[in-house]
Amino acid sequence: MSDTGQGVQTAAPRRSLFETLEIDARLLGMLAAFAAVAIVFTIWTGGTFVGPRNVFNIAVQTVPVAIMACGMVFVIVARHIDLSVGSVLAMSSAVMAMSQAYWLPSLFGLAYGSPVILVLTMLIGFAVGTAIGALTGWLVGYQGIPSFIVTLGGLFVWRNLNWFTTNGQSVSLTDPNLLMFGGTEGVLGATASWILGLVASAVAVLAILSSRRNKLRHGFTVKPVWAEGVMMALIVGVILFFVGWLSRYPIPEAKLKRMFEARGETMPEGYTAMHGLPISVLILILVAVVMTLVARKMRFGRYIFATGGNPDAAELSGINTRLLTVKIFALMGFLCALAGLIAQARLQSHGNDIGMLEELRVIAATVIGGTALAGGVGTIYGAVLGALIMQSLQSGMAMVGVDTPFQNIIVGLVLVLAVWVDILYRKRLGLTK
Amino acid sequence: MTGKTQTPLVELRDISIAFGGIKAVDHVSIDLHPGEVVGLLGHNGAGKSTLIKCLSGAYRKDSGQILINGQPVEINNPRDARAQNIETIYQTLALADNLDASSNLFLGRELIANGLVDDAKMEAETRKIMGRLNPNFRKFNVPVSALSGGQRQSVAIARAVYFNAKILIMDEPTAALGPHETQMVAELIQELKAQGLGIFLIEHDIHNVMKLCDRASVMKNGRLVGTVDVNEVTDDDILGMIILGKKPAKAA
Ligand SMILES: Nc1ncnc2c1ncn2[C@@H]1O[C@H](COP(=O)(O)OP(=O)(O)OP(=O)(O)O)[C@@H](O)[C@H]1O
Ligand SMILES: [Mg+2]
Repeated sequence: MSDTGQGVQTAAPRRSLFETLEIDARLLGMLAAFAAVAIVFTIWTGGTFVGPRNVFNIAVQTVPVAIMACGMVFVIVARHIDLSVGSVLAMSSAVMAMSQAYWLPSLFGLAYGSPVILVLTMLIGFAVGTAIGALTGWLVGYQGIPSFIVTLGGLFVWRNLNWFTTNGQSVSLTDPNLLMFGGTEGVLGATASWILGLVASAVAVLAILSSRRNKLRHGFTVKPVWAEGVMMALIVGVILFFVGWLSRYPIPEAKLKRMFEARGETMPEGYTAMHGLPISVLILILVAVVMTLVARKMRFGRYIFATGGNPDAAELSGINTRLLTVKIFALMGFLCALAGLIAQARLQSHGNDIGMLEELRVIAATVIGGTALAGGVGTIYGAVLGALIMQSLQSGMAMVGVDTPFQNIIVGLVLVLAVWVDILYRKRLGLTK
Repeated sequence: MTGKTQTPLVELRDISIAFGGIKAVDHVSIDLHPGEVVGLLGHNGAGKSTLIKCLSGAYRKDSGQILINGQPVEINNPRDARAQNIETIYQTLALADNLDASSNLFLGRELIANGLVDDAKMEAETRKIMGRLNPNFRKFNVPVSALSGGQRQSVAIARAVYFNAKILIMDEPTAALGPHETQMVAELIQELKAQGLGIFLIEHDIHNVMKLCDRASVMKNGRLVGTVDVNEVTDDDILGMIILGKKPAKAA
């Protein structure tokens, strides 16, 4: 217990720039990887890769996997795994497709496309996903069946119950309110996007300031003022750049004309409008922020990390780890249903193969994002960034004409490489025994 | 001993628990009074940790009865024990290695402000209590996996004494501590005893037992050999009980 000598501990000289900024090396590594992918494909495609249109598409395509990856962080941190997320997505999507297109309209005598039906559909879909997750959690937590087995079984069961739910038919979905969740059909436009971007920037700045004030009040050391300023500038810069960039992606003229016609008006000559932020991306951001808050600032999150670090200690500290397991998987199930809603809205239909192999992408994104399979360690932003890196890689390869099989080979290699680099790095730092 | 006639704070009556065929604890009865330290001794594997885990809620006894202040209570899990103001320092320390000292100290009982975990307040409280237990401790912002064995042990001790326990169970609390820190824990035990806590102390060092305990209960192979007043016996008597499994003639 006698620490290193006398009073040297608190004021140990901070070493590097990144340490002062308190950016951890793993985040830095991921940002570097993301930048590398972006730079390579930008040069290769002569700039189209970072054009507003492609940035918009990548963002929209990332959403379902990224949303599920947020839940997978909790699952893996608690030393479990969920192999069934793609199938649960499909099952929830099937129920939602059938509800809105057939079951509810005939039950209530309402026409397809009524907002009441959409709201009910979403509630039913979320309930189905959550219930499936809770069942998985009960089998794992209370019955002690390994999550690998339960969710491997679930992968088969839900994928094929999905088939029975729709009788193997695709369900085409055209309700404009539903399609709002999909991306291209649901955007905020430039003005609203800018306002939202400014509000988000203000909130971020205030959050940093309030956490600093809280630390000072208890007499803890804080970052130097300039470092705090740099962090704020970085965060605000990223938010406003993203918003500004998407607000430069125009909606095609033909589509604008159709939108005016639908309202019974004619489009004025020379009228233009921009996409701005897609609603689906906003949902992802909301999920990521809430999940980060849960992970860091709520008991539920604290208990998940404690359980992952030492299940016995968590139990002995009075945490109900069985109930915790049910909650973790129920949350995962809910997020699968949410991802299902967004996926079917983007595809404008429910097909049998929706979410197929998605479990592997979700796990890969989570692991690339720095969540350790041994449990106890992981971040939400890492998982989202992991999903973004994978989607950028895939989208970039598709743009330069790499064949699909080869794309998948690269993605597989990147997954192994990411974990390998991480292991080497941790060994060098002496973080592993 | 004063207060021997009043109702004991804790009474473990006829406790038994078996793992498979092994009777880890076999019809053991011991008790504890307020302001008293009862030492629990015995060879490795005698059943000491298992016995106290029935009281702390880590295990469920197969048979027997637990009374707190004369009232029979059901302790089926660690939450039940905490509700009875029982705090435990486990031999394995039971720390979540990936969390820092204050998260461990408040694990399961986080301080909440506006619905959120108040990390700053918890760290401030942790600094206060660690200042009393181990003033050299500075590693508040690293996972406890980065602490030395003794530092980890002081975190576990801090957790047990922070929440105003009435009954304290200490399973070899000084096993990893240096001489100075061991002395501080000895002083802490005396202070807590003066405040009226009852303490079960599992300890292999016979000198510490003679110094800190009022009574000593010795176990062998899951059975209770006997309980003696420390003032009435010598350390050789107690060693004899541990090794031979027999109560010394004069104290019997
Ligand atoms: N969870 C368990 N499963 C199976 N057997 C167990 C379990 N816990 C304890 N035992 C057995 O019960 C017996 C008593 O163990 P216990 O840990 O209580 O000993 P102890 O007196 O605390 O020893 P030590 O001084 O080494 O800490 C041992 O034979 C041990 O192998
Ligand atoms: Mg023991």
